[in-house]
Amino acid sequence: MELLCPAGSMPALKKAVAEGADAVYIGLKDDTNARHFAGLNFTGDKLSKAADYLHQHGKKLHIAINTFAHPDGWRRWQYAVDTAVDNGADTLILADLAVLEYACDTYPQLDLHLSVQASATNTAAINFYQQQFNVSRVVLPRVLSIHQVKQLARQTMVELEVFAYGSLCIMAEGRCYLSSYMTGESPNTAGACSPASFVRWQETGQGLESRLNDVLIDRYQPHENAGYPTLCKGRFEVEGNVYHALEEPTSLNTLDLLPELMQCGISAVKIEGRQRSPAYVEQVTRIWRQAIDACARDSGNFNPQPTWNQGLEAVSEGSQTSLGAYHRKWQ
Amino acid sequence: MQYSLGPILYFWPKNQVEEFYQQAMQSSADVIYLGETVCSKRRELKTKDWLALARELAGKGKQVVLSTMALLEAPSEVKTLQSYCDNGDILIEANDVGAIQLLSEQGKPFVAGPAINCYSQHSLHRLLKLGMQRWVMPVELSRDWLEKILNGCDELGIRNQFEVEVFGYGYLPLAYSARCFTARSENRPKDQCELCCINYPNGRLTRSQEGQELFVLNGIQTQSGQCYNLINDLAGMHNLVDVVRLSPLSADTLDWLEKFRENENGQYPQIVERDCNGYWHSIAGMSLATP
Repeated sequence: MELLCPAGSMPALKKAVAEGADAVYIGLKDDTNARHFAGLNFTGDKLSKAADYLHQHGKKLHIAINTFAHPDGWRRWQYAVDTAVDNGADTLILADLAVLEYACDTYPQLDLHLSVQASATNTAAINFYQQQFNVSRVVLPRVLSIHQVKQLARQTMVELEVFAYGSLCIMAEGRCYLSSYMTGESPNTAGACSPASFVRWQETGQGLESRLNDVLIDRYQPHENAGYPTLCKGRFEVEGNVYHALEEPTSLNTLDLLPELMQCGISAVKIEGRQRSPAYVEQVTRIWRQAIDACARDSGNFNPQPTWNQGLEAVSEGSQTSLGAYHRKWQ
Repeated sequence: MQYSLGPILYFWPKNQVEEFYQQAMQSSADVIYLGETVCSKRRELKTKDWLALARELAGKGKQVVLSTMALLEAPSEVKTLQSYCDNGDILIEANDVGAIQLLSEQGKPFVAGPAINCYSQHSLHRLLKLGMQRWVMPVELSRDWLEKILNGCDELGIRNQFEVEVFGYGYLPLAYSARCFTARSENRPKDQCELCCINYPNGRLTRSQEGQELFVLNGIQTQSGQCYNLINDLAGMHNLVDVVRLSPLSADTLDWLEKFRENENGQYPQIVERDCNGYWHSIAGMSLATP
């Protein structure tokens, strides 16, 4: 089972390698990937250095080009594919039909993975991408229960990758327009959800308020932890009740499921967080490396160590974690 | 301009669905989409009921399209999809790539629904090669984006090979989740939802703590908090859009259909100050651009 870790910068990438990642995924410095944030990602010289560094250490480079090409920006997505290949990417992570077509036709030998942004949740969809574009692996959206993941693993020959840890996206990825509804920019159109340029914090008589494009997302009392105003994680009102109507600020943590994931033949576990710090990448990679090694040695007696879960909670959103949709009760 | 009625996105009792389609039969709608697109637990009408209803509507001269689920997870859901695709003569709206797979395997044409990610002329070209006849634009795209895609299609020489449909009225389907938000709003787990969506024929409104209408909860689907309404934008759709979709609400949808027809050239604009139209104008979807 491959441990695939995120990097938004060279220091993060080096930490991932040092702590035992088998592969690292990165994005280019533009809107061709779904973590298009200021100060993040790779370009030109840094890109080839990243590839060299990983290959010198026997690790693989995956490059995410996982947004949807714009009608007047097609060259940018083609260029991203060409640049990734020229700089030694081992694998491209793609979502758009046209980008998949271009990569598959232009570089027939290239290893292609289907991004979570393509939202393939069933065998028919997986077969489509395998037959049309010869993808070798599908990254499953975070909307499936562990039971459904196992069913898919039994029914397909295509490798499956699942999200193991990190920010919890509760909607089928690539099919959520909540962000553009509120701000005009979405992961699909702009490469970011709840973009930072729309965020405003304000201390008021009723508490600390977080806003996204002027919409009140949450209001915090002094004893509460304030989190980034991702719009699906705010407290809203439904007929008189104020609560987290969609989801609490929490992170996904699937350490408990590791033996089951390994047993059903999941090829890779992915750590979310290209936008996070090198310290986050270091901490999370270290813990997951230990966990995978322990589970591979003796999955029957695998028990996540308390220190692992504590270490992961410490870097989690809202300092809490969840099994998310993998656990049926969450749904 | 043609007008369509989208699939009913909410969970209505069987008699309400039948009543709606009796009226739709008499209405001026050119195209009628029907079928369950949100949740496979909603079984007031079974597959055979939808097929019978589709044939009845087709017999009355309507163009009928069966819409399929957007989020397919369980094998049983794919099986139901397969039975729709095998129906024989009725056109299918694919709302998941899985449906495109099953239809293109059989060489059958399809409508690419609004939940299919198609953002450029190149993706559209691929869908066309797979059998797409009509493209329903993703709801978050604008007039400007559409125009660029269609110009691109002109360059590719494929502009006349498909129809364009735009979601023009109703609460926008914005997201799909594993979690059922309606069950959550009643403090029930999804597995014991008691089909509570049936109590909310227009979904459940969610407001900010300041009372601003944000979203409508509709089972696993999250919709816009305000009604999307492009009635005053119709005049700008000529030469771009072939079909305008109205998404059924529990009241007044067919009245709106007539108002849309009347204002097709901008002669009878409507006051829509509580609605939104931002996406069409390349701004936040929840905004309202006024002329």
